[in-house]
Amino acid sequence: MRSRLALILLLTVPFALFALSACGGDDSSGSKTLTLVSHDSFNISEDLLKQFEKDNSVTVKVLKKGDAGAMVTSLIFAKKNPEGDVAFGVDNTFLSRAFDANLFVPYSSPLLTKVPNDLQADGSNKVTPIDYGYVNFNYDIAALKNANLPVPQRLEDLTDAKYKGLVAVQNPASSSPGLAFLIATVDYFGKDGYLAWWKQMRDNGLVVVDSWETAYNTNFTLKGGKQPIVLSYATSPAFEQMFAEPKRDDAPTGNILPPKGAFRQIEYAGILRGTKNEALARKFIDFLLSKAVQEDIPGQMAVYPVSSEAAVPAAFDKFSKVEAAPAKVSAADIASNRDKWIADWTSTVLR
Amino acid sequence: MSRRGSTGQRVAAINVAPWALLALPLAFVLLFLAYPLQSILRESLFGESASFHDLRPLWSDSYYLQRLWFTAWQAGVSAVITLSLAMPCAYVFAHYDFRGKALLLAVVTIPFVLPTVVVAVAFSALLGPSGLANSALQQFPGVDSAPIDLSNGIWLILAAHVFYNVALASRMIGASWATIDPRIGEAAAVLGAGRIERFARITLPQLRAAILAAGSLVFLFCFTSFGVILILGGPQYSTIETEIYRELVFLFRPPLAAALAMIQLVVTFGFLAVYSHLSRTSTATSTGQRSRVLASPRERVFVVAVIVLLLAFTVTPLLALAERSVHSSGGYTLEFYRSLGENTRRQALFITPIRAIWNSLSFAAIATTLALPLGTLTAYGVQKLRRRLGALVEALLLLPLGVSAVTLGLGFIITFDEAPLNLRGTRWLLIVAHTLAAYPFVARAVGAQLRSIDPRLREAARVLGEGAAGVFLRVDLPLIWRSMVVGAVFAFAASMGEFGATLLIARPEWPTLPLAIFRHLGQPGELNYGQALAMSTILMAVTGAGFLIIDRLRVRQLGTF
Repeated sequence: MRSRLALILLLTVPFALFALSACGGDDSSGSKTLTLVSHDSFNISEDLLKQFEKDNSVTVKVLKKGDAGAMVTSLIFAKKNPEGDVAFGVDNTFLSRAFDANLFVPYSSPLLTKVPNDLQADGSNKVTPIDYGYVNFNYDIAALKNANLPVPQRLEDLTDAKYKGLVAVQNPASSSPGLAFLIATVDYFGKDGYLAWWKQMRDNGLVVVDSWETAYNTNFTLKGGKQPIVLSYATSPAFEQMFAEPKRDDAPTGNILPPKGAFRQIEYAGILRGTKNEALARKFIDFLLSKAVQEDIPGQMAVYPVSSEAAVPAAFDKFSKVEAAPAKVSAADIASNRDKWIADWTSTVLR
Repeated sequence: MSRRGSTGQRVAAINVAPWALLALPLAFVLLFLAYPLQSILRESLFGESASFHDLRPLWSDSYYLQRLWFTAWQAGVSAVITLSLAMPCAYVFAHYDFRGKALLLAVVTIPFVLPTVVVAVAFSALLGPSGLANSALQQFPGVDSAPIDLSNGIWLILAAHVFYNVALASRMIGASWATIDPRIGEAAAVLGAGRIERFARITLPQLRAAILAAGSLVFLFCFTSFGVILILGGPQYSTIETEIYRELVFLFRPPLAAALAMIQLVVTFGFLAVYSHLSRTSTATSTGQRSRVLASPRERVFVVAVIVLLLAFTVTPLLALAERSVHSSGGYTLEFYRSLGENTRRQALFITPIRAIWNSLSFAAIATTLALPLGTLTAYGVQKLRRRLGALVEALLLLPLGVSAVTLGLGFIITFDEAPLNLRGTRWLLIVAHTLAAYPFVARAVGAQLRSIDPRLREAARVLGEGAAGVFLRVDLPLIWRSMVVGAVFAFAASMGEFGATLLIARPEWPTLPLAIFRHLGQPGELNYGQALAMSTILMAVTGAGFLIIDRLRVRQLGTF
């Protein structure tokens, strides 16, 4: 019996010590804290963040809330007693929801003069654009070559029988790039024509998956899947080259970017209503728009900087340059039609 | 345990009022589950942005009724298939000792902790067009294109559910099977009962509680299935859980999401109450006698066949995943592992693998430590209540199994935001979430075993002068120990793999292994992809090692399981 008690003690004592060591002292108290709420993809160079903390004698705490949609949902639910001072990562597909809930207090950063007008949300400056990206098709260069298939130039080409079963997209009802691209097709084909294209795509063996992660990591031929044409981002080819293993000089994938065939996803930051640190929150937004941060985030988050004075990594110019105009759908149009487009798309493509 | 009442007269098994035993688990569940849930449901249904117009689709469209039917149907089918595959495995685990058994048990349990997105990659690495199986088959002359065609759909959903759960069911049933007194079967054999008759009339009734316990866990796991449905099923399939997420995050109709979450809770509660009620009728003969079955050549073939099948089903996808983590497009390499610790981008929120391992292990160790007493108290307290009441209380205490993860996560955010319980952004809230995910496994495993303890054993011990504590230590503990270990294994696993409610309350400073995997899978580039696979392989290894250590905590004289 004694041995059994010893065993139990042996078990519980280290566990308890373990628990204490892991739980001791939450957060550094003393200095001021600025809390940033963001989606999972947020990142930034440590040196830059440290510099901001030092310059303003503040500790920056980051809370990540899943994808952009989950983040907006949690911001809305917590708005009576917000979790943070600044939010980053609301994009133009979800912006109207944040505006409806009146989440942000306006701020007009002096650095906005460096940001082209068409990237700014509306006149009220409730949110500040920080970066943008394009949602469009990527293709696996080697896979198309091996199958003797030309690179599709227009979205119409993809309904051709030679691409049957070779295209994968994300479900607009569960994925942010999926929704973004659905909006682009509304502009490309017109409100009366987009569903006809989707129906043809469906008949041509279109593969629909839940998320970007699934499409890119399991469906894409590049990762041993079956589809050489996958909906992703214009920066993906550049990242394929920058983060290749083994190292390489070219990109294994390319962009399909017909005019109006890509959606420009703009990400904003905003000061959360109810913050007690509004002055610091403003400084943080200025910091995000500063040249140093603007030049840092492309390599951290695979996005383009909004500031016209910021340079992008060389690989972006080489493999991910976007010259074609993106789809043009106004935020108001998206807000009033988003749910209907998703519902119509669902009944056309899935049921 | 209290010795109150041990005055020499008749003493109950453990003479503590059931509510005293249940106080702690009830307080935990009411404070950290019921309270945040009612806040979020109320806010969703009656908050300022809520409109009852949003609820109309519930009755105007048969879609949601179909979803409910599909949710229950796929969960039921998954549970039945899992149980039928688990029975032979449980028999082997309970009756045979062989070299490497502990390792085998640990390895087949690993799938339980893997994020679905990783399982999808593993399946694709094994069965995809350029996966290991197709590459191997294409070595044969005459085989040109990939002969195995893996496509999403209902079969993949069922296969994945079995892949995730077969070890859970095998081990829970096996733990119970190992304590069945073989002498009853031997006596029946002497009296002329055949193999099948003995199984149906002696073994099965005694395993009933364990089979129901395992089956109900698998059912609920599949009933609230999320990633498997979305990722491996495809967009045509959805469960109530996936609909809740979609309504909350994509369509932003909180009232509809709340209504669906309530439906899911009610169904779960009803299911658990009925289960609990049913499983109380099991006959009790467990005595802790080890059954010994001699391994004749025929038995050897059977045992080997079962093990090979189990390994083929659960371990080959894991191996295919591990192989890919050391295989880049340039050939075999350890670069993905080597580079995991290098912060080449000088990121502020960089996750080193050591930190992720440490955090995952800390949370899992703490959650398991808390889950053991909470789960065991639940099992004892519920058993001492009257049958109907006990069923209802047990259903309430096991509700964490059926709660919508995203709803609970949001509930945490809006509930624990003020003193004295200002827990937002703290580790305490993460520990709570991990413990909620973990302790039902202990409660279920111990509860099932408790029901099959022969009460005469306790009476005998009391006659021999043992007090309440002595009865617990000398009679109960040896009999429930195996089940506690099995419960602890899955509590540990549930915490290691937890990626539900914690998604909304996790802090980037304390990333766990699943979070680190997602971080890497979220960006293009072969290095990121390879690092995600390396991190997944580390998760598998660390979890497997954890299982081996927990399995060691058995008491020697109780034999091995």
